[in-house]
Amino acid sequence: MDTREKNIENLKDYKYGFTTDIENIRAPKGLNEDVIKFISNIKKEPKWMLDFRLKAFERFKQLKEPNWQKPKYPKIDYQDLYYYSAPKSMKDKPKSLDELDPKLLETYKKLGIPLQEQARINGIAVDAVFDSVSVATTFKEELTKKGIIFCSMSEAIQKHSELVKKYLGSVIPTTDHFFATLNSAVFTDGSFVYIPEGVKCPMELSTYFRINASETGQFERTLIIADKGSYVSYLEGCTAPMRDENQLHAANVELIALDDAEIKYSTVQNWYPGDENGKGGIYNFVTKRGLCKGKNSKISWTQVETGSAITWKYPSCILKGDNSIGEFYSIAITNNHQKADTGTKMIHLGKNTKSKIISKGISAGFSDMTYRGLVDINSKAKNSSNYTQCDSLLMGNKCGAHTVPYIKNKNFDSNIAHEATTSKISEEQLHYCQQRGLNPEEAVGLIVNGFCKEVLQQLPMEFAVEAQKLVGISLEGSVG
Amino acid sequence: MTEQIKIDFEKTIKNSTFSESDTEFKKGFLDKFIAEGFPNRKLENWKFSDINQIIQKKIGELSFYNDYSLSNKIDTSTFIDGLEHNKIVFINGKVEKIDFIFEDKDQIEINEVSKLKDKLENNNSLIDLNNAFTNKSYKILVKENYSFNKPLIVYHISNNKIKSKNINLRLEFELKQNSSLRLIDFFNDKSEKNFMNIFYNFDLKKDAILKNYKIDKIQNNNIKYSFNNIDQDENSVSETFILSAGSDFLKNEINCNLNGKYSSAFVNGIFSLMNSQQHEVRTTINHLSKNTKSYQLIKSVLGKESKAVYQGKIFVNSTAQKTDGYQLSKAILLDKSSEFNAKPELEIYADDVKCSHGSASGSLDENSIFYLMSRGLSYQQSKELLINGFVLDVIEKITDTEIKDLVKSMIGLKE
Repeated sequence: MDTREKNIENLKDYKYGFTTDIENIRAPKGLNEDVIKFISNIKKEPKWMLDFRLKAFERFKQLKEPNWQKPKYPKIDYQDLYYYSAPKSMKDKPKSLDELDPKLLETYKKLGIPLQEQARINGIAVDAVFDSVSVATTFKEELTKKGIIFCSMSEAIQKHSELVKKYLGSVIPTTDHFFATLNSAVFTDGSFVYIPEGVKCPMELSTYFRINASETGQFERTLIIADKGSYVSYLEGCTAPMRDENQLHAANVELIALDDAEIKYSTVQNWYPGDENGKGGIYNFVTKRGLCKGKNSKISWTQVETGSAITWKYPSCILKGDNSIGEFYSIAITNNHQKADTGTKMIHLGKNTKSKIISKGISAGFSDMTYRGLVDINSKAKNSSNYTQCDSLLMGNKCGAHTVPYIKNKNFDSNIAHEATTSKISEEQLHYCQQRGLNPEEAVGLIVNGFCKEVLQQLPMEFAVEAQKLVGISLEGSVG
Repeated sequence: MTEQIKIDFEKTIKNSTFSESDTEFKKGFLDKFIAEGFPNRKLENWKFSDINQIIQKKIGELSFYNDYSLSNKIDTSTFIDGLEHNKIVFINGKVEKIDFIFEDKDQIEINEVSKLKDKLENNNSLIDLNNAFTNKSYKILVKENYSFNKPLIVYHISNNKIKSKNINLRLEFELKQNSSLRLIDFFNDKSEKNFMNIFYNFDLKKDAILKNYKIDKIQNNNIKYSFNNIDQDENSVSETFILSAGSDFLKNEINCNLNGKYSSAFVNGIFSLMNSQQHEVRTTINHLSKNTKSYQLIKSVLGKESKAVYQGKIFVNSTAQKTDGYQLSKAILLDKSSEFNAKPELEIYADDVKCSHGSASGSLDENSIFYLMSRGLSYQQSKELLINGFVLDVIEKITDTEIKDLVKSMIGLKE
């Protein structure tokens, strides 16, 4: 009970809401060709990369911002944002962690991410992204021995341009939707992972995203390629300082799994959600898409979404290879004035493809939560199957929970099953727990954790513990 | 289209006896329709069946003017045998007969209405079109505590005198407190390539019961759109059954507002399609008051090149605590060219509710076929038995035994 109370004390205010006072280099405000050239130039990118960006920008200019989503937001002035911000000390990239700005190390220490390798205990390789640049990647040597490439996107563009050129934009092309195209034009950094043929990555790879500067949008791009027969588990965590303004985060994540490869992608998203009156917070408009390109490949998305003022994302799988598998496990929790419109797309193109969707939504306070998903079985995807389950839990009658599944079956050999329920925590359950000595908040925590268990189980150990705590904490004050 | 529709509108007005204000009223709807055009796939509600394209592809140019001056002969052989019933007969969109012989005339009022309900949530341009072009429409009022002795059958008959026409129909029903009505819509088309646009409005007062059975069974090449708007007061019950099988294209839309507490709505339907037919059911059940209940069951059997769509939405307002909402859609795909799309949607703003939906689609279960064949049935027989069992489930939901038997005999189902 003590630790729990401490947790509540700690987290009544958003724990990660501090700012780091550090000197920044910024691109001029606004969005135009010059800014894109500035970004490309400062990152010393080759010409093809700049062309990629400019092509995307050309397309972006013709696109209209979509507005079909459930959570509406005030219009974003894309000319009033900084598209590049980096700590000054990063201008000449430090060669080792010892040269890294102590303030940055301090920041990551506060966030609980040990960048100094001697501080490693849990054996997770981390790529830390601060505003627009990647500041450090740990465990590089050990990974290199196995032939695994794990570095920042900027570094990959320089050193592994062949791979990047081949795969970047192959799942999310420059001609995609509004936010994805914006990202293609102005993305600043992110992680790049390549697992060579037959290699099982010996440790969890992880990226930690941190927005620090104000009036800045964060646009990172992650590309993971799992070559034939390889396996990788990748984690992503995010936090941001508390501010009254809304900040935009529009990332693109592309996963490519070749024959017999497996990628497991887990996210614990805890961006600043705004205060209890709904002021401030991050707009999390992310495009995540995985391509099961080869036979027998597998992509699995697991997400725990507790932060952000608005979450709007659909991690998707394109099951192109025969016998490929796509999975999506999600917990989304909204409290106060948070809004979420999230779900997945499973597009079955290959034969014998399978997909599974488990989505748990919990809404409390004045929040609004939507599950929106698409299951599309193409006429060539013989003998495919999908199972979808989406459950929502409501706390109070000021919040909303919605389910909007799109189901398309064009193949008579295939089976689709979809189930959804909406309920509240029953009086009986609460009574039972309280009778056994739990206080109401603990009882709710216990029941909610049980509700989410199916998804929490999918997370790697270290994350699962963290996520479980986060689930309990996100709902503080919603009972009674 | 724009020029044609304006000319047809002028002609329609000239040949009928609308008052000046009515004409103005209709003109307003015409302008609205012209501005919006036929619904297309860009609209969320028409995402799966783009009626604009379907009309262009299957009919081409539509003509909106209908000559209602001539009467059509009623062919009594088209009437349903073996069930005593009251009748309203539409032939090519014109009311030819209204006959309530089994009922107490004092308990029913039939009025011609021209002013139409113009404030509808969940609106679309087809309703504007309907408002602009409907000729005479009737309102049937059932007085307090009166229950219909026999069912009312509305015959929708068309013959080969019309082609490439748009026909707009409208009926209004008001069921006063504690009254009840059994209504069958029976479609019998001998025409082809026409677009029928049908709008019904039901107003159910306290304790009223409405049972509406829509039977589109006879094969035809027409395109149909039917919209039912149902407003329900306290403790009222509505039951809608849809047999969607005959037309080339048919979209049934049910919009049900559960305004009073303890009101309930049931929507059940069967799609039985083949040969490039495309049918859709879209339901919106708005739970707006406490302790309301809704139940939906839709089953589809889809043959060659056919496509069925089910879009169902349960909306629960924050005041509608203790709502019970349920939706289930199941489909059997018989051929590799058949397609089933579903969008079962929940939008919930109250916490003490029980809402769930399920959707499943796939082919016939090979194990079950094997089981039956090992007991001596042929492949064809086993298949039929399984499909009959699958469909029977929905028919058993029909609460009126007389009509249940009628529907069973129509689709050739035995016990």
